[in-house]
Amino acid sequence: MAEIRYTTADPKGVLTGVHYMDGNHAACEGALAAGCRFAAGYPITPSTEVVERFSARIPLVGGVFIQMEDEIASSICLQGAVWGGLKAMTVTSGPGISLMQEHIGLAACLETPCVFVNVQRGGPSTGLPTLPGQADMQQCRWGSHGDYEVIALSPSTVQESFDFIIDAFNLAEIYRVPVFFMMDECVGHMTEKLIIPEADKIKVVERRYTTKPPGEYLPYKPDPDLVPEMVKVGDGYRFHVTGLTHDERGYPVINAQAQHEMCWRLVNKINQNAHKIWRYEEEEVEGADVVVLSYGISARVALKAIEMAKEKGIKVGRMRLIVVWPFPEPRVKEIAHKVKAIVVPELNIRGQIAREVERVVEGACKVVRVPHAGGTVHDPEQIFDAIMEAAR
Amino acid sequence: MSAVKSVQENPVEEFLRTDRLPHVWCSGCGIGTTVNCFARAVRKCGIPLEKLAVISGIGCTGRVAGYLKLDSIHVTHGRAIPFATGLKLANPELTVVVYSGDGDIAAIGGNHLINAARRNVDITVIMLNNFTYAMTGGQVTPTAPFESINTTAPYGAYEMPFNLPHLVASCGAVYVARWTAYHVVQLTKAMVEAMNKKGFSFIEVISPCPTIFLRRNRLGDSVAELKFYKEHSVIKHGADTREVGWDETRPDEIIVGKFVDIERPDYVEAMNTHLSKRLGDKYVWWGKK
Repeated sequence: MAEIRYTTADPKGVLTGVHYMDGNHAACEGALAAGCRFAAGYPITPSTEVVERFSARIPLVGGVFIQMEDEIASSICLQGAVWGGLKAMTVTSGPGISLMQEHIGLAACLETPCVFVNVQRGGPSTGLPTLPGQADMQQCRWGSHGDYEVIALSPSTVQESFDFIIDAFNLAEIYRVPVFFMMDECVGHMTEKLIIPEADKIKVVERRYTTKPPGEYLPYKPDPDLVPEMVKVGDGYRFHVTGLTHDERGYPVINAQAQHEMCWRLVNKINQNAHKIWRYEEEEVEGADVVVLSYGISARVALKAIEMAKEKGIKVGRMRLIVVWPFPEPRVKEIAHKVKAIVVPELNIRGQIAREVERVVEGACKVVRVPHAGGTVHDPEQIFDAIMEAAR
Repeated sequence: MSAVKSVQENPVEEFLRTDRLPHVWCSGCGIGTTVNCFARAVRKCGIPLEKLAVISGIGCTGRVAGYLKLDSIHVTHGRAIPFATGLKLANPELTVVVYSGDGDIAAIGGNHLINAARRNVDITVIMLNNFTYAMTGGQVTPTAPFESINTTAPYGAYEMPFNLPHLVASCGAVYVARWTAYHVVQLTKAMVEAMNKKGFSFIEVISPCPTIFLRRNRLGDSVAELKFYKEHSVIKHGADTREVGWDETRPDEIIVGKFVDIERPDYVEAMNTHLSKRLGDKYVWWGKK
């Protein structure tokens, strides 16, 4: 099995120092630090600052930014760049990510390591271009047709917009999947302190290029972790890959057996490695009666509500998802058996993550949704009321 | 008779994935003929095989990438051009060819076609035009001639078809040619020229679809169609592309030839020139200087 090859960031892309910037700019700097040298994008609020900064920075670092004719083009152009040997991303928001869905499926099927940044706004349709939402959380998991798995991370702060997008690029390389970086308008446009470390303190994962010679290499023969090694165009392998159901040679095979083998591997390469991917932050969960489970900007707003509830003597803990997909099922289940209730505030109405919690806890505790249609963040009072109700 | 002579090796076998044969194309289909031309062009063009990539979209012609023993990538419907754009920009040393059909390139992929021509991305687009969506059974395309019968235009097409050489030329393509599946020598030569041309090059190849388009329109078999190409083609190099449209199922004249062959800085050259002018030494040159 190919070992995960870590290196450190190329200093050319790292703006070491203390900065005061917004989450969108920080995400751009994080991408550069992670080794991203290609971005294809199309203007869309509230995400555009990421590529605006990238277009200004990349000529000084070495790489390419191209503004494509639409999001459909962006979402496949970046995959061309990846198969040409670069790390690449595209950046968008709701309407754009909806247009990109077919190519998210292509990235899953070709196993193209790449990053899709979604600075979420209110939807559906054109919705609320300038205001926040967290209503694309299920879409990023299920949005393209067919069976596959992805990884999604969600930052709550400007610092995390930098730090976690590096993890997003690294996870994309390790598992050869499209990785979603699920920001929201608040995190994207919020300005705070950002510390960019020195390049040699930043861990970067190299692409899992094969060492096998042409002739021995098979594009989709998986390593024991179910992830295949990669090649790039121009290395003399004369390989073929296709978005059709394919075998280990990368050749189309249109039958149920090939479908079974390919799809199960695409799903299992994430599910079997999920314990290595899960990432969350917990505080005072042990002994709590109520745990507030959230992510992104909502997890930050919940802090105030938790403080208010504690003042009322309620034992409240919190769990914040950093990696949202794959969902940390065993830990959520474990918590459910220890608490009265899990409270899930999020900026969507139908409980996109709350219903995942409900599915996982199987009635072991109450799950209290705190829905919000978006356009602003929750009033902490609303979350506070939910905690008080849950603790009863 | 003892000596049954072994079948001679296909002269372009080294460029084919023989382990994938037989292919999906019908008997009499023109795609295979053009692939033969392409393989010969690959041999002649002087580009190292490992630096040559073929990208296809979806459809009958979209299957070409899968049969060529090159770095070959089969992507989504209509999006081979933006994939090729990303690939070429990531590694400007590569020669990148898009090989796909008229529905793929001109209908669903039309926006990408015009923008790639405008940008003058250094790729070659070989668009095989059989006037129909053959893989899905013969629906009307934006290239379907007036009154041609298609499953979704059962009473005949009434939309004006695209004049694609004119479209891409007006968007800034630096090399534009049209040949038919009959013109194998000229087509091969055009493919060599296009692959070696710096900038966006476009070849429209008119090609017979006997199973769907010819049969449904009662135009005879492929041999009849190739005879039609032979008898009605007029070679007009440098023709005014406004005059080369194909509007009728049976035009009196099929205008073929090399319509455009001009010089214009390609995308990477324009980017490098402009950014180094504006940023001076701070600019990190992209690709080989």
